[in-house]
Amino acid sequence: MNPRITLAVTRRVLIQLRRDRRTLVMLLVLPCVIMALLWWMFQDKPAFGFGALAPALLALIPFIIMFLVTSVTTLRERTSGTLERLLAMPMGKGDFLLGYALAFGLVAAVQSALAVGLSVWALDLSIQGPVWMLMVVAVIDAILGSALGLFVSAFARTEFQAVQFMPALVIPQILLCGLFVARADLPPFLHALSDALPLSYAVDAMRKVAGDADPAVWGDLALVAAFAAAALVLGALTLRRQSE
Amino acid sequence: MSPGVEVTGLRVVRGGHEVLRDLTFSVVPGEVTGLLGPSGCGKTTLMRAIVGVQRIAGGQVTVFGERAGVAALRSRIGYVTQAPSVYDDLTVEENLRFFAAVLGVGLDRVDACVRVVDLQDERSKVAARLSGGQKSRASLAVALLGEPTLIVLDEPTVGLDPVLRRDLWQTFHRLADEGAAVFVSSHVMDEATRCDRLMLMREGRIIADDTPAGLLEKTGAADIEAAFLDLVAQAAP
Repeated sequence: MNPRITLAVTRRVLIQLRRDRRTLVMLLVLPCVIMALLWWMFQDKPAFGFGALAPALLALIPFIIMFLVTSVTTLRERTSGTLERLLAMPMGKGDFLLGYALAFGLVAAVQSALAVGLSVWALDLSIQGPVWMLMVVAVIDAILGSALGLFVSAFARTEFQAVQFMPALVIPQILLCGLFVARADLPPFLHALSDALPLSYAVDAMRKVAGDADPAVWGDLALVAAFAAAALVLGALTLRRQSE
Repeated sequence: MSPGVEVTGLRVVRGGHEVLRDLTFSVVPGEVTGLLGPSGCGKTTLMRAIVGVQRIAGGQVTVFGERAGVAALRSRIGYVTQAPSVYDDLTVEENLRFFAAVLGVGLDRVDACVRVVDLQDERSKVAARLSGGQKSRASLAVALLGEPTLIVLDEPTVGLDPVLRRDLWQTFHRLADEGAAVFVSSHVMDEATRCDRLMLMREGRIIADDTPAGLLEKTGAADIEAAFLDLVAQAAP
């Protein structure tokens, strides 16, 4: 690993994003629009709703978006031959992965800052814990999404296949993360399953920050980070310098 | 002269099919070695084996005395695949700067390589908007950034106009004169005469390995294409 190469990858990914204006606008504006929509839905039901769902959504959005963006970009990198070219150069796999993680982590930080800022200051979301912690959770969620997206891109031959992994890997996690049915109230098997899924801990962490003035989230975050690290290691295994 | 590439008994199997069958040859520095043969005869697989990205089933490939694919060789080989491997959404300049940063070479190399492939006017154009020929030249420029001592080019002149083709061949010879081993594949027979040495390949075997003049003399054919056909006829009685 070499910081010069890692940062070169980060810089390049950011330049590519900047050039793709439409994607950039969607990355930054869409989460805000969704938060505003959620707030609006519960206008006439102030007791329930926005305050309960918004923290979970703030955890989900960066995860989903970064999963999609990364799986498609790395797939492109694999099919265009640029990945093979890079691996034939003195580039470590770690440089490639970390470079991507940094770039998307940075985008996720800006994205979450906007969505969290809008929710807290414009939409009156009440957060008991420190607001910055929401962003930390969001960035780690985004990195988890990136890491998983990178990993699954190895199993897709086309961009069509890559986006299909979204419903396959992400929607079950959304259903089981406690957003629809509290995790404790799930049937025992599903409860156990939800314990094994990273998004459950991401949503737990968000909710603790929202509901607790001194939230104990580091355990949850460590678990999410461990899942992300594991996915990155698995992703690294899929970057082969040699092929048949 | 010290050997650039040394291939001994190389075999490659892909999908149960033997693509390269017991190849033995060498590529020497200071020469442009051409690899000619019809599409699908195994040229790309052979080039990938030399660069070290192809899993091999048997035999040995060494480059500058080291096993192909080892990390130490990565900065010494410039490899251009048939599909131009540059980022479509970056400009020529941004592409080159990125790869230069990966290789750890200075920006002066970016300028030099843009000039070599004659893309000065397209420097700030996004790669997606380049013509096919310009894009493959951009890809070639990337391969030259690290001043490689082995340059492997897979059909680099496909889709280029005659003037540009001639210029590129001059570039290949200049690189060889500067001491690099240049290994170029083509399926266009009229490019054969531009090589210092020629290897004819068919169905995973090398059926001839000689200078263009030597090849014509040996077969008594009028041109390389006729020589190739003669050799094919001899190989399959």
